[in-house]
Amino acid sequence: MNAVEIRGLTKAFGSGDSRVVANANVDLVIPAGTIHALVGENGAGKSTAMKMLFGMLEPDSGEIRVNGDRVRFKSPMDAMRSGIGMVHQHFMLAGPYTVLENILLGAESTGPFSRLPLAEAEKRLKSLCDRYSMPVDPHARIEDLPVGMQQRVEILKLLYRDSKILILDEPTAVLTPQEIDALFSNLRRLRDEGRTIVIITHKLKEVLAISDRVSVLRQGRLAGYMETAHATAEKLAEWMVGRKVILSVAAAATAGHGRGEPRLKVQNLLRGVSFEVRAGEIVGIAGVEGNGQTELLRSLLLPEGRSVEILGKDVSKSPASRIRELPVAFFPEDRLRDGLLMDESAERNLLLGNQRNPKFVDRWGVIRKGALDAALERAWHEFDLRPKRRQMASRGYSGGNQQKLVIAREFEHDPKLVVSAHPTRGVDVGAIEWIHRKLMDARDSGAGVLLVSSELDEILALSDRILVLLDGRIVAEYAGGSVDALTIGRAMGGARA
Amino acid sequence: MSDLIGILESSLRIASPLIFAAMGGLLCERSGVIQIGLEGLMIVGGFAAAVGALQTGSAAAGLAAAALAGVVFGYVYAELSVRFRANQIVAGTGMNFLAMGLVPFLSKVLYENTGTTPSLPLEQRLSWHWAVVLALGIVAGVAWMIRSTPVGLWIRFAGEHPAALESAGISPRRVRMRSVIAGSALAAMGGAVLSIGLASAYSRNMVAGRGFMALTALIFGKWRAWPALGACLLFGLAEGLQVRFQSGAIPVQLMQVLPYALTLVVLAGFVGRARAPQALGRQD
Amino acid sequence: MRIAPVLKPAAALLTGLALGLLATALAGESPLHVLGVLVRGAFGSRYDLGMTLFYMTPLLFTGLSVSVAFRAGLFNIGAEGQLSLGALAMTWAAFTFPSIPAPLSWAVSMLAGATVAGAWAGIAGWLKARRGSHEVISTIMLNFIAAGLASYAVLNPFKNPETQNPETLAVGASHILPALPGFGDAPVSAALLIGLLMACWLGWLFQHTRWGFELQTVGENENAARMAGIPVERVQIMAMVVAGALASGVGLGEVLGSAHRYKLGFSPDYGFVGIAVALLARGNPFGVIASAFLFGALHKGTTDLDLETEHVTRDLALVIQALIIGAVAAEGLWARLGERLSSRLRSLKGRGGGG
Repeated sequence: MNAVEIRGLTKAFGSGDSRVVANANVDLVIPAGTIHALVGENGAGKSTAMKMLFGMLEPDSGEIRVNGDRVRFKSPMDAMRSGIGMVHQHFMLAGPYTVLENILLGAESTGPFSRLPLAEAEKRLKSLCDRYSMPVDPHARIEDLPVGMQQRVEILKLLYRDSKILILDEPTAVLTPQEIDALFSNLRRLRDEGRTIVIITHKLKEVLAISDRVSVLRQGRLAGYMETAHATAEKLAEWMVGRKVILSVAAAATAGHGRGEPRLKVQNLLRGVSFEVRAGEIVGIAGVEGNGQTELLRSLLLPEGRSVEILGKDVSKSPASRIRELPVAFFPEDRLRDGLLMDESAERNLLLGNQRNPKFVDRWGVIRKGALDAALERAWHEFDLRPKRRQMASRGYSGGNQQKLVIAREFEHDPKLVVSAHPTRGVDVGAIEWIHRKLMDARDSGAGVLLVSSELDEILALSDRILVLLDGRIVAEYAGGSVDALTIGRAMGGARA
Repeated sequence: MSDLIGILESSLRIASPLIFAAMGGLLCERSGVIQIGLEGLMIVGGFAAAVGALQTGSAAAGLAAAALAGVVFGYVYAELSVRFRANQIVAGTGMNFLAMGLVPFLSKVLYENTGTTPSLPLEQRLSWHWAVVLALGIVAGVAWMIRSTPVGLWIRFAGEHPAALESAGISPRRVRMRSVIAGSALAAMGGAVLSIGLASAYSRNMVAGRGFMALTALIFGKWRAWPALGACLLFGLAEGLQVRFQSGAIPVQLMQVLPYALTLVVLAGFVGRARAPQALGRQD
Repeated sequence: MRIAPVLKPAAALLTGLALGLLATALAGESPLHVLGVLVRGAFGSRYDLGMTLFYMTPLLFTGLSVSVAFRAGLFNIGAEGQLSLGALAMTWAAFTFPSIPAPLSWAVSMLAGATVAGAWAGIAGWLKARRGSHEVISTIMLNFIAAGLASYAVLNPFKNPETQNPETLAVGASHILPALPGFGDAPVSAALLIGLLMACWLGWLFQHTRWGFELQTVGENENAARMAGIPVERVQIMAMVVAGALASGVGLGEVLGSAHRYKLGFSPDYGFVGIAVALLARGNPFGVIASAFLFGALHKGTTDLDLETEHVTRDLALVIQALIIGAVAAEGLWARLGERLSSRLRSLKGRGGGG
């Protein structure tokens, strides 16, 4: 029998121009008593699909059957009643409270004002721990436990509620290799006694190691489904990445760059990442998200002692304000969180990060209105920022135009080094090519460019050199143009190159 | 010896309204809602108790009236801060103003006097012995509830990790609404102890910062019931000593300042960390 | 001049006023009569207008104080304590150095007040930026401590031996700020002009300088500020210091402009009303001018209620202030209601048009 059967599941967010289809007609069949891997790149729609299965989102259309019965979950409570449990990527555990209290929450089984059945719960937890060989101290406080142990508590929480279907969202993201091994053997044991497990991941190595079946999502659609016994990393990578080379600028990436002086040099970041970006080259950092990109980018601006050289200057001990005075452009990873003042006009946002640039602010600290006007004109004409409305708050712009605003502003530094993180994420198709061209123009005019992206196509199309980041290390390096998506995809997934 | 007992007695007396208010604040804040409106709640409760006792001739009815007034005020605050996600500091400040303005307004309407309500005869007053017993009972009850019951667990998670509570199938908003309303009732009863227990009427400026003092005690007690009780007793003792040693070596005003200065030091993390509930004041 | 930013505060103001007046009807007064008293009380004569302006002066300073902190994303509940210590320091300078000649004397006493109050508020800023203590709680503590210190100082070292009243020695004549002519006996002084000047200057600083930009950026998006190289912690501390310094300006009107000495408990919660002033003005210094004027008028107008009505007293001012704060606080509710309404309209239209 199938534990879960999903047919034609569709979900879209937003409306009008900003409408994004997260899931389009997705079918998933998950037989009872199996481990099913759901894989895909970031934004492929894995989490959306599982949130619908767990009752956190309601589908626009399509049907979900659990153990053969059609269900319509209004909340996670409904899903839990049907025997579904989920371990979220960010654990749902409160640090200062004990393991027992965290497990008992919502499953107290006594009146709201009566005594918590702690002794009984402890006995039951102990027997679960013994049965699945997942020992844990019921009286330990969560914040004192290592992450792997916290995850164990999350799984025990589901077992305590006797969930038959367990969804795990990126369970290995935070674990050490040893902890991953332990997790996998526990999952197998749970499967063997008849429970169904869905594991969301983008690490192909793990898919092959743990799952019985695998479904691949790409851009909200089901790209493939097979028994893992027949799967290879190549096949899965191909499904994940697809063959969507729509990038007309791809040919422009050529060898022969990268002969200039070093513009960025880092040593021993994360777990030993060292590389250089030279004038006139684009260095692409490929990798599945969560492998250290965020920390890497952060330490370029806030080194706090880590070894970073920018434009030949040792900035390892410099504050961000000092680094910001150098001719360096930063496109932040999350422009809404880190890059824009959403309630302010384009003009104010052009000033952000330029507030110590003498072009914009005189030595008395007075903002040069004329310079800001000129920058806005440039943003309109050279950077094609639309609509041309002076007073509009930045949240009014489309994703692409918000990114253009960031780019226009960062180019006001006349950068000799460009650090761009996910430059086309959430950007409309029309603007993607434009942004790519800007990066290449910068390279061609002699800047060094660091491109961090989880879009493999983007990395391939633009980079003169490609480094693959996995688990805080550089695991492979390729020359641009000499490598294909599958090879990189495999390196990203941890397969030996 | 009798001097010592006298001092202890007076500190207990002084502390009892603080204890109610601090426990009320504890219920709100442990559930994740900042409660700077304790002052206003004590004002409203003090007045309502005086009115209730005058109308019925019963201290118990006065206490009930205070609780009811607290529920009404708490409900308004909960709607504003939990449901409509107003800034809790702004809303709390507003509630304080409202109480400070509304009470003299009603007092004038009812008694033609904005200063004090008519005086209660002794037998209609709340015996302060009872007030102390009740206060200690409430501390024990709150401490037990927070630590040992499902509701307490929900309140703690609402204040610490509301998403976890939600994923366990319980609405953090509902928990917060109810905690705020219940806590407000307790705080208002603190005002009642002040007006019909320690005094014989509600008079203007009677509360005089005691709501903030209760909030201070709550923080000094690191958001825990028994330590907060200890803080209230300490503050009561400090005030009791002042009354006794008006012309001592240490100036009275500087003694008054001590609890707040100590709390500031605790708050800054110089003496152990005063760890607020993680989600306190957050709107998510 | 755009209309929209004025519209919502005006709506909040009118809502508060209307509900407050409605409450007077329940008390058996005619709301129109009460409104008449309010308006006449606040603006009826040159003297009344002068008193309105006199009450406006401290609110201008506390409103600006709260606004500056607000701008940086901080809640300054501590203006009350800052103004009392600031005014005390100002008074101290003014009776200790009575022989400094006029324009310089004002600078000296102002500077003394601003320094002490700024440092006082800076404690809260430092605790917030470096120790992570919530500024609301620490400023509440600092208020109580300031009150204790002020009363100690007034009753002991600074005490005026010639009176039983809790007040300090009188300030030197050269420190006294001249009264503004044309308002009869109303003690409205040059402090008002200083306050107005401050408001305009701050408004300009907010809009046209790096200082204002950094303040605003820290308040709106701490992450973006950090990424843009703005020293977030320093800006937060500085914002509190400036907020404290501004709060000390209350002493200009109350001490140097009218009482000429520090009287214990002179402030009827100017610091707290400043929160309402700043909220209504949405942290905009030019808006603070308008809203301080309105709250000043409310204060003056309601004082006449005691005499001119049977059942309503000056406490109505607090009720109306609370209702205005409530209306401002519930703004999110209004916005959400509006959004829901317009999205429903849109979906109706979409369905109709799409067929």
